[in-house]
Amino acid sequence: MAEYTLKLRRYDPQSGEAPYYEEYQVDLEPHRSVLEAILQVKAEQDGSVGIRCSCRAAICGSCGVRINGKAGLACHTHLDRAAKTGVNADGKTILVEPMGNMPVIKDLIVDMDAVHWKKIQRVTPWLLAKEPVPEREYVVPHENMVDVTQTMACIQCGACVSDCLSMEVDPLFVGPAAAAKAYRFVGDPRDAQHFERLKDLAEDPHGIYDCTHCFNCIEACPKGVAPMSQIMRLRRISGNDHHIVDRNNGERHERTIVGLIRDYGLLHEAEMLPRSYGGYSWLAKFHPAAGAELLDSLPVITRALLRRKVTPGKVIFGHRIPKADLKAVQAIYDKVESKDRRYELNLYISGYEDDDADDAATPVAVASGADGMSSVPGPDPHQPTSASESESA
Amino acid sequence: MKVAYWPGCVSRGFTPELHGSMAAVAPMLDLELVELDRACCTGAGVIAEHNQELADTLNARTFALAQQVQGADLMMNICSTCQGAQSECQERLDANTEYRTHVNGTLAAEGLSYEKGLTNKNLLWLLVEEIGLENLKKKVKRPLTNLRVGPFYGCYIVRPTDRLGIDDEHPRDHYLHWVIDALGGTVVDYAGVHKCCGFPIITMSKQVSLKQAGTHLADAQDAEADCLVVPCPLCHLNLDMQQPLAAKAVGRELAMPVLHLPQLLGLALGLDPKQLGMSKHVVKPTSVIDWSSAVVGAPVSA
Repeated sequence: MAEYTLKLRRYDPQSGEAPYYEEYQVDLEPHRSVLEAILQVKAEQDGSVGIRCSCRAAICGSCGVRINGKAGLACHTHLDRAAKTGVNADGKTILVEPMGNMPVIKDLIVDMDAVHWKKIQRVTPWLLAKEPVPEREYVVPHENMVDVTQTMACIQCGACVSDCLSMEVDPLFVGPAAAAKAYRFVGDPRDAQHFERLKDLAEDPHGIYDCTHCFNCIEACPKGVAPMSQIMRLRRISGNDHHIVDRNNGERHERTIVGLIRDYGLLHEAEMLPRSYGGYSWLAKFHPAAGAELLDSLPVITRALLRRKVTPGKVIFGHRIPKADLKAVQAIYDKVESKDRRYELNLYISGYEDDDADDAATPVAVASGADGMSSVPGPDPHQPTSASESESA
Repeated sequence: MKVAYWPGCVSRGFTPELHGSMAAVAPMLDLELVELDRACCTGAGVIAEHNQELADTLNARTFALAQQVQGADLMMNICSTCQGAQSECQERLDANTEYRTHVNGTLAAEGLSYEKGLTNKNLLWLLVEEIGLENLKKKVKRPLTNLRVGPFYGCYIVRPTDRLGIDDEHPRDHYLHWVIDALGGTVVDYAGVHKCCGFPIITMSKQVSLKQAGTHLADAQDAEADCLVVPCPLCHLNLDMQQPLAAKAVGRELAMPVLHLPQLLGLALGLDPKQLGMSKHVVKPTSVIDWSSAVVGAPVSA
């Protein structure tokens, strides 16, 4: 047995009192969970502590809380581990607070309906079936269904929503859980409305291009769903396969960075803004959208020039890598981008060689074309063959 | 120690003071920098968003060039975003022999090949793990006494922890605290330490981006920091260059100097603010300059 101090954030909106922190001493084996400690407090010391829980086995997704400032499942966090990363240097104090980005109902219970479920509903979280619906089951390529299993692993605990840094400043952001749910259908070849789903999320100012790429959702997820990676896949399919040019500059921003590196080898920063607004051309700076934006940024541009942070030469010509190397870089672009389908290695599915040396020899190549079904990876002379598929079967 | 040095694009573009200050402090840290000037941009995560194999191949090329540097112990970068983008590609390349062979097939045209297991460290990690804090302390000529410094890590070198090798033995998400402390400064903790500067969406969701930067700057200001220190030039762009706009976005008056990590090191190692390119910042690091001129006159303890 070991002693731990649980520091709980207490708040009852109906009491009229401000939130406060209360400390409880618990005596439990180090390998027991934070949830067990909370339940012990509730049973033996203070029955008024509010916590939502059910399965206690990291399956139901009910007990999402913030432990030492980071979202996770209380039932899935060992006491010794939590104490080690605790807020006090004493190595035994564990801070438990309700999840972020959602209103508190009481103590550690947040209003999932008000935020998480609203956002899930926002992405039409059901299959919009391709017609005609077959009499019996759909026959779907194995690879495509394996591809969406990562997002299907979501247990709707809301941990990613809690720690989303874009949502922190923009509560309207669709958020990581809902975006991952959207990929679950965009990646599903049985769904008929990939384009509509993507167009909707690309054009929404609070959609897929509002993600700030901070990795917090990847870190928070107890199930390895990696919502941010799913958002990047949505962007990839939206811009590359469906050619959706959105009003948020998302597609143009991607094309700008990819294009500038192809043309210069390095990022030509001065061209990033005009081309993201005005399109991939040197003339973009004269595009009205880019012009307005440049005008808005004038105070910043002037100061940068005055302080010699940026020199006129650098603004005009940028910087680039040596000619021979630029050629080599462009040759890589040509070779990789000329392929019929993109080649992706998803480590969630393929695993790591060191972990499982026999099983993980085959990269899982997945690509999606404008109409999911037809893009299913077939034999491709340029790709490594999936020899171990039969081995693992 | 000799390192294959990847400076990134922005340190040679819009934050030239970063590249310059790194060059100035390197000899003082006994670092020999062999610049990877043939390598291309990491893609900052955007090329990976566009086409994973393209990002992996371009970065494998950089890794292969780094492995060709004779006598280099490892590869070093001075940009959190570069570290994150490279680590992501390296994770895939190292995890799967067949995939690596496939990518190397593309590099073969140039006679290059990446061998699994390159060590690639951000300057921050290198300071703690290779140079050592005790060693660093000995080199300090002008301890940052009474300088209140807020650490700002940048997302890409703190998450995801598994990929970046952050564990009990390597609490890399605390190193910036340690370095400030080793240089004699006072660490200021504030809400934004491990948060996002907002730069990745500056062209797509400008107000959200500026609000993120403005919020962290205001939090640091409220915690009475004299300056922030960042190991990432992209964070620097949003926190320093865009600060006037960020101030507007959050409705606050902001005047928070933001230093690059090598600049903070340089100050403690005895260099002058001007030598470290601090005149190039959009937000004048007045508090830092005042502080340094105040201590220059004072007796130096080393």
